[in-house]
Amino acid sequence: MSTTESPANAPGFEVDRDAIRHLADAQINVELDTGDMIINLGPQHPATHGTLRLVVRLDGERVLAADPVIGYMHRGYEKLTEFRTYPQITTLINRIDWLSSFANEVPFVDAAERLMGVEAPPRAAYIRTILTELSRIATFVLFLGEMGLQLGALTPAFYGFRDREHVLNLIEGATGGRFHPNFNRIGGLKDDLPWGWIAETRSVMSKILTACDTFEDLVAGNEIFLSRTRGIGVIPGEIGAAYGVSGSNLRASGVDWDLRRDGRPYLAYPEIDFQVWTHPDGDSFSRYWVRLQETRESVRMVLQLLDGLPAGPVMAKVPRIIKVPEGEVWAETENPLGQMGYYVVSKGATGPFRVKIRSASFSNVSILPWLLKGVYVPDVVTILASLYFILGDIDR
Amino acid sequence: MPDDATPDAAPEETPEVAEVAEVAEVATPDPVHEELLARLGAALGEAVVESADACGGLVVRVAPDAWLRVAEVAKGPLECDYLSFVAGIDWMPAPAEGDGDSADTSSPVQPTTTTYGAAGSAGRFQVFAHVQSTDRHWGITFKTDVDESAPAVASWVPVYPGADWHERECWEMYGIRFEGHPALRHLYLPLDFEGHPLRKDFPLLARVVKPWPGLVDVEGMPGEEPAAVGAGTDGGGEE
Repeated sequence: MSTTESPANAPGFEVDRDAIRHLADAQINVELDTGDMIINLGPQHPATHGTLRLVVRLDGERVLAADPVIGYMHRGYEKLTEFRTYPQITTLINRIDWLSSFANEVPFVDAAERLMGVEAPPRAAYIRTILTELSRIATFVLFLGEMGLQLGALTPAFYGFRDREHVLNLIEGATGGRFHPNFNRIGGLKDDLPWGWIAETRSVMSKILTACDTFEDLVAGNEIFLSRTRGIGVIPGEIGAAYGVSGSNLRASGVDWDLRRDGRPYLAYPEIDFQVWTHPDGDSFSRYWVRLQETRESVRMVLQLLDGLPAGPVMAKVPRIIKVPEGEVWAETENPLGQMGYYVVSKGATGPFRVKIRSASFSNVSILPWLLKGVYVPDVVTILASLYFILGDIDR
Repeated sequence: MPDDATPDAAPEETPEVAEVAEVAEVATPDPVHEELLARLGAALGEAVVESADACGGLVVRVAPDAWLRVAEVAKGPLECDYLSFVAGIDWMPAPAEGDGDSADTSSPVQPTTTTYGAAGSAGRFQVFAHVQSTDRHWGITFKTDVDESAPAVASWVPVYPGADWHERECWEMYGIRFEGHPALRHLYLPLDFEGHPLRKDFPLLARVVKPWPGLVDVEGMPGEEPAAVGAGTDGGGEE
């Protein structure tokens, strides 16, 4: 159009700024007066570690309604467990929350042990606790870095991956698997810790503490991060609980509830001293802050456990072919992402009759339709990142 | 169950082993379970059908028409503000798989008789749910019977909004309708999926399409006759 060659550049030409503004307003109204817009976020999106599709109805930049579409990775584990023996199932459930696979195994093995009346030896319980906490640290350290990535800060993500690697090396050193240890056995553990592992763990723990300080300066103290997360995505405690939101997400809403302290006593948690962190705000920032504190707390717990590690065998006496007596049990643990539980129904066979897998992310994400109502599009990414879910943990 | 257990007198009168065991069970009740059952009884009365202790967890079976009321009571008098899950179960024994050749010998063999778990069941289908208290730190599992001919039960969404997805999953996996649910639609499965995969009569499709690889992939040790190993399967494709 010829009007793009602005006559305003010509010397001595007076611009009628009001007229231009009116013209611009009119054009905006014409172009945007198209009602609500439905947009697919995903299935692939950098904010997700898998395929979560979010169908959002937008009014301009504001979300009117959001509907998560899940199931792209549904592997039917609840059906598969009915066709597998108990020792085989730990391999399957490793793949539910793949960032903290070891922690997934613990409640299932706990369920089978309780039905059988078998108890893992104290050393096995301690090593299980240590590896569970290491899983938590690995999961959270990645989160602490990655949360910055979702807001456009690339640097912390590299630190997150680097420091997680130290922890994964430890898990690999003890179990042989970086992501899928499959180290738990009904009645104990596959093996004892390797030589030199304890000293190595201590040195890694000090690196993690340094990393936490780095993240506190780099991310949690960053003005842009604060303005993008404070007051965004607020979950009131009672609404979060009614939706089944658990773990750090619920503690960040001021609910002082941690199964490691408040649940049925399991592993070595009753024997160590730790603090449960909460934050009253319930916004994206408090979810970050709570996980930051919990990472430090986990380091404290690991060091205590290493100090108190009892001697002895790591495997109780169990039959070669595991048959679990008839009965049913609900076993739950505080996993990095929240409450993980298995409702196991046994009919006395070598495999379970029914296993209900209660995974944390499923319920954590089910609050999204409520939570995303009325937020702006850029905050959707922040909120998704701060809830911190694993797609395998949603879809099972 | 007698309220006043008298362990001193009971063993003398009834020396049978089963009786003694029952007395021992009554003599050590979990105080938390007692408290929960007392509150439940006060609020629900006749709707509580049966209760049981499942490895330390309290399981209570309630009448199907009181299912929504149970959620209200759980959230109110029982102080269970946290919904853990809602799920279904099919108590029918799974039919034997395959027809010999394609039988999946790797799967555990389950008993063929129908038995019902803790707190019993009136029929094939049940819905069960677990709620917990973030304040009192207790939890309780509720079960209710679902009619097999027209499987339906009240939705918990009005009380626990988090029941939404759990009930959608239960509906598509078991075909149990949740009356009053805002939108019962598929959660995991494709929209045109037919059947209810977690029902026991729904076979594990992978096994139907292809025999268990363990049956056909068995290779003999070097020097052994391969025919002896592959007997009974449709092997021989190697030649």
